Amino acid sequence: MALFYGQELSSPLMLGTALYPSPAIMVEAFRASGAGVATVSLRRESGAGRSGQAFWSIVREMGIPVLPNTAGCHTVKEAVTTARMARELFGTRWIKLEVIGHTDTLQPDVFGLVEAAGILCDEGFEVFPYTTEDLIVGERLLDAGCKVLMPWGAPIGSGLGLNNLQGLRTMRAQFPDVPLVIDAGIGLPSHAAQAMEIGFDAVLLNTAVAKAGDPVAMARAFGLAVAAGRAAHIADPMEPSDMASPSTPLIGKAFLE
Amino acid sequence: MKIVLNGDSQSVRAATVLDALDELGFGGATVATALNGAFVPAGARAATMLAEGDHLEVVAPMQGG
Repeated sequence: MALFYGQELSSPLMLGTALYPSPAIMVEAFRASGAGVATVSLRRESGAGRSGQAFWSIVREMGIPVLPNTAGCHTVKEAVTTARMARELFGTRWIKLEVIGHTDTLQPDVFGLVEAAGILCDEGFEVFPYTTEDLIVGERLLDAGCKVLMPWGAPIGSGLGLNNLQGLRTMRAQFPDVPLVIDAGIGLPSHAAQAMEIGFDAVLLNTAVAKAGDPVAMARAFGLAVAAGRAAHIADPMEPSDMASPSTPLIGKAFLE
Repeated sequence: MKIVLNGDSQSVRAATVLDALDELGFGGATVATALNGAFVPAGARAATMLAEGDHLEVVAPMQGG
């Protein structure tokens, strides 16, 4: 299994902590999924409410490595400052770097992303950049010091799956030794399985589990899907063909005319 | 003096970021701070002075995807 900045994950499923009906269901969903990473964020805290303190206590008790994000940041400065705060807050050098370029699609601003990644890698961060399947941007992110790439499958929260399957396959082929994670757009366990089947090292998702009618059951399904997809990739799938090819031997067939 | 705490106007007596956190109810909480858009590490809070109109951001762990 791929190492993410030297760390092996217990499962290639990275699961978000947002949008669940309750904290208890979130914890149960994590348990059912067997997720290897929990993504988290940071937001303004109120001295009176202290809601973040209770959340952090729940996440720590789950005992899963956390990957803080810079969600909602639209500029390099915002993203870099958020990452610095996250490192202190969560006690990790890992940062899921998002520099959002477009409000409706939440498409990453890849130019700002490369710039922010360079700053953060120089400061010792271990950057997980939320990017597109663009190969040149991938190269630039690696040049900036990233050792993981996280292309989107589809827009965040859309549940559309792998919009550009061929582009993602090409990315896998172009960067055979770089841990690659599908981040965003996964809506169904079959999408996650497909990502693993084509050789991705992990998938990151949140809404597909949290907004399911039964988040715990869906979390379990995703855990099974990533395991099945990974096993299938290791098993070396057959090559597709345009024409039929009988699986039952013709030799020995009874002559019945 | 008046500062802007997480986007809202706030009166404080404290002169430093560290003392302001105590005064505003964040004592002992897991929070990170930024002053006027720049990160203030925990170790620098005691030496970081507040001025009238400063923007202080206090953030904590939250749900995220």
